Amino acid sequence: MALLEAQDVSKNFGGVTAVSKVDFVIPEQSIVSLIGPNGAGKTTFFNLMTGIYSPTTGTVIFDGKPLVGLKMHEVTKRGIARTFQNIRLFANMTALENVQVGEHTRLHSGILGAVFRTPAVKAEEKYADLHGRELLEYVGLHNKADEFAKNLSYGDQRRLEIARALGTEPKLLLLDEPTAGMNPNETATLTNLIQRIRTEKKISVLMIEHDMKVVMEISDRVTVLNFGRKIAEGLPEDIKSNSEVIEAYLGKAYAEAVAKEKEKSK
Amino acid sequence: MANVMTRPLKLGRAPVVGNRRRRNLFVLIGAFIVTLLLPPLGSLILPGIGPTLYGDIIIPLDQTLVFVLLALGLNVVVGYAGLLDLGYAAFFAIGAYTMGFLTSNQTPWYNSFHLDFWIALPISFISAGIFGLLLGAPTLGLRGDYLAIVTLGFGEIVPTVFKNLTTITGGNSGLGGIKSDAITLRELSGSGVLASGGTRQAFLDDTWTWWYYVIIGVIILSIFLILRLVNSRVGRAWMAMREDEIAASAMGINIVTTKLIAFSTGASFAGFAGAIYASTLGTANPSQFLFAVSILVLSMVILGGMGNIWGVIFGALVLGMSNSILIPNLSRSLANLAPNNAFLQNVATSSGFMIFGLILVTMMLVRPEGLFPSGRRKMELRGEDGDDIQPFVAASENDIEGLDSMRSINYNPSVTEGDGTTGLKKK
Repeated sequence: MALLEAQDVSKNFGGVTAVSKVDFVIPEQSIVSLIGPNGAGKTTFFNLMTGIYSPTTGTVIFDGKPLVGLKMHEVTKRGIARTFQNIRLFANMTALENVQVGEHTRLHSGILGAVFRTPAVKAEEKYADLHGRELLEYVGLHNKADEFAKNLSYGDQRRLEIARALGTEPKLLLLDEPTAGMNPNETATLTNLIQRIRTEKKISVLMIEHDMKVVMEISDRVTVLNFGRKIAEGLPEDIKSNSEVIEAYLGKAYAEAVAKEKEKSK
Repeated sequence: MANVMTRPLKLGRAPVVGNRRRRNLFVLIGAFIVTLLLPPLGSLILPGIGPTLYGDIIIPLDQTLVFVLLALGLNVVVGYAGLLDLGYAAFFAIGAYTMGFLTSNQTPWYNSFHLDFWIALPISFISAGIFGLLLGAPTLGLRGDYLAIVTLGFGEIVPTVFKNLTTITGGNSGLGGIKSDAITLRELSGSGVLASGGTRQAFLDDTWTWWYYVIIGVIILSIFLILRLVNSRVGRAWMAMREDEIAASAMGINIVTTKLIAFSTGASFAGFAGAIYASTLGTANPSQFLFAVSILVLSMVILGGMGNIWGVIFGALVLGMSNSILIPNLSRSLANLAPNNAFLQNVATSSGFMIFGLILVTMMLVRPEGLFPSGRRKMELRGEDGDDIQPFVAASENDIEGLDSMRSINYNPSVTEGDGTTGLKKK
């Protein structure tokens, strides 16, 4: 069964069509990659999934219920968490506090609870603390709990964003260019982390990624957008040899050359 | 859960935190004892000079303490939640007039209905909080500068409304006859030793001493409430919202309710302050709640260090005392210096503004994080090594991702630089 199903989704900004009639499916416990040249509408598509934008037309069904029209925090509560392309941590809060903010929707204490600090609230805070530390450990930041987010290294910040997103206890995790700007070592660790999230935490992952090595290594399915349209979808191997995809990335001349090569070798 | 409990977790810098906590506790207890002993010590140190000097000190001190309450409340809104409120005096006014309506003998309904100070005080707290919700609601879609402008408007509207509701507020001449339950400590002690003791002691025979302890009590209660809120799920949501609204929202925080709660909580403490202020003076007057008050309180918060309760208290004490003791005296001396020099006379009358302006400009240039910044704020403004503010590269405040990449097809290379701070938001 599909965890998320987008049907015929379009988004216009004035006269510009950023996303045009995209059908899209994320199966449960899968890693799906969204690729495409710059300006292809990938991030817009992401924002449609998380409620930052509502689609001009089309529907998005998540976990059996429609997603369209929900506010961002309601989408998160339903079980979709995300990271940002340009890291958006709470810079002047500690790593642990960042994750605890992520846990916000799964905790319940309000003003009165906070003021009177009832046993229930105390237990909840203790859980938030332990769970937060556990998540930090999960992404490999267990000794950075009390560091301010802004003082972490770039790679650690990216991983903290993932820990914070996991704090919301999502069913679907959206990663916007998780390995951007990382060195090969950091990329390998992160690739491994994403796979663990899928297999151990049983969370589906949708990611935008430019590093084709990462995409081809861990994706179950790959969807290619160009100029807001879906031009290809399928297994990583199929996408690799899809002529339309090669054209989108490397230009028409190159795609034709590749096609000729193929014919010759036949 | 069980799995979590049994796993040994490395607790970062726990021992250091423990030491610091113990030291802080000692400082706090010390400060508390000094605070309690201040009036008797003051009146003993200055015995021969008589009760007038005691009054000269304790009255401004009490009024300054009211401003400490205001600064504590505004710090919740500005320091923790990051919402710039330029009309905070409105809630101060609402607290004062609530106290007035409930206790003054000049209201039309006095004969059928009036309350004691101690019952009216929490009602003023709640009423200011409710008005915080009402005035906060229309501003929720706004942020930053726009929010500041709207609150500025409310700050002007509220006193004007009180000024024009002449039948129940007395208009410009104010609502007098506000009852206070203030008594002297000698009266309070009943027929005990103090009552029979012969000589007059300033601190025993002045009702302002009673007010002093009442306000200290309310301040301690307020600090307790604020600390509890800040160190909770609610407080984390406030700070997250201050840091980055979009990210906070993406983490499941309902920005609308979180803003409302912060706005209303902050307003409530102004309700406390207003109620006490009106009671100490026995009157509430629209001219006590002008824009200058909002700015004075904001200056206190900025001077002390936004987001740090103790710094804010210190800032409020310094500015409050200079406002009520230093500046009037300075004006007087200046005016006496050359009674016939018109220019100097002008300088003398406006020396308050001059000094505040000077303090604010100096602070902004030399120490923008305040005298006692919270750890967070200090790093935010200076970076840990004290280096200068680094420009935020990745995105502007209102940028919604996607719009950004829509506009510029070029991939922004700065995002990918491996320099720890890149991509983090600076405000």
